[in-house]
Amino acid sequence: MYSQALNTRETDTSTDADSSRFQARIDAEERIEPNDWMPDAYRRTLIRQISQHAHSEIVGMLPEGNWITRAPSLRRKAALLAKVQDEGGHGLYLYAAAETLGVAREELVDQLLSGRAKYSSIFNYPTLSWADIGAIGWLVDGAAIMNQIPLCRCSFGPYARAMIRVCKEESFHQRQGYEIMVTLAGGTEEQKAMAQDALDRWWWPCLMMFGPPDGDSSHSDTSMRWKIKRFTNDALRQKFVDATVPQGHRLGLSFPDPDLRFDESTGHWRFGAIDWSEFKRVLAGDGPCNRERLAARRRAHAEGAWVRDAAQAYAAKQRKVA
Amino acid sequence: MMPLWEVFIRSRNGLAHKHVGSVHAADATMALHAARDVYTRRGEGLSLWVVPSNAIVASDPADRDVLFEPTASKIYRHPTFYEIPDDVGHM
Repeated sequence: MYSQALNTRETDTSTDADSSRFQARIDAEERIEPNDWMPDAYRRTLIRQISQHAHSEIVGMLPEGNWITRAPSLRRKAALLAKVQDEGGHGLYLYAAAETLGVAREELVDQLLSGRAKYSSIFNYPTLSWADIGAIGWLVDGAAIMNQIPLCRCSFGPYARAMIRVCKEESFHQRQGYEIMVTLAGGTEEQKAMAQDALDRWWWPCLMMFGPPDGDSSHSDTSMRWKIKRFTNDALRQKFVDATVPQGHRLGLSFPDPDLRFDESTGHWRFGAIDWSEFKRVLAGDGPCNRERLAARRRAHAEGAWVRDAAQAYAAKQRKVA
Repeated sequence: MMPLWEVFIRSRNGLAHKHVGSVHAADATMALHAARDVYTRRGEGLSLWVVPSNAIVASDPADRDVLFEPTASKIYRHPTFYEIPDDVGHM
């Protein structure tokens, strides 16, 4: 659901006739399919972006999975279970899309487990209370939707098609989160305080999900030229803030930003400075839960090894019998 | 390495199966189960096919002109190529 890999850029070195034909196809809004000619840098950029997007979905199951057994009602539990299952499904659609570019699933999983691949910084924050499940659905999935809707028109066909499936399912995630927030915000003083505390902790990390400010990159933006990415980080972030602030006020909650104000002349909500040193720290591996998340993924992979082996052994035996 | 399977779904009665993605599975039965879990969580289909990916033979995009261009020049394959008097009405 989250695509921070959008923020890393690749320099395109090919200059021959092939690449100008390729760019002409992109400019004509044609979709590129796996067997079509493409510049190596386009392939590498997509493998990295799609796989990191997939890793984010898979690691994203962990913070919410933490609350499945402690959901406050059967209704909430069923919804959360379905949501976490969706995240797993999204990860698998995306791995399948990445594999069409000629990379093996095992290699991608290995990149995640060895710590070589990145995933969205947001999942390195802990889910301390039930209200965090509401905040994640409302804010994290809300931010993800802003990022993902333009990806449905990405120039690479399998990625765009996977994103269409993902976006259809994502809306449920955001609505179930906001419903939790509505319930808590309309509850006892203690429940309201839980909702406010969750908003206070998740707001800034959610703004960071869109990646560094546009001015911070001196590279030419090949992802935009290749129509992998359609909007800049800052444009998407602003869109998210404009959509989300009124929703927060509707809950009767306040945002942890003294500089937040409505700009009448532009119709946008202006927000304060983001602490990018925190973002860099979390991406580099020093967030509150980085080690815990990777350890959980490694353990799950190792503990599932016997199941994979048994399935393969059974399939081999059946082939022999036949 | 787990074999790769391409997944096709018939979304409604009367429609053809359509490609939706792929799954890894040790055998056909497990591939069907995985396809069901991954691609049909919201009533997306009435029927599933899984096909070993390596069983699919695809045309080469580089051959596109050789394979498909000749059809563009054969306009006499289309009904609008033929002149029918107006007073005949719809045909």
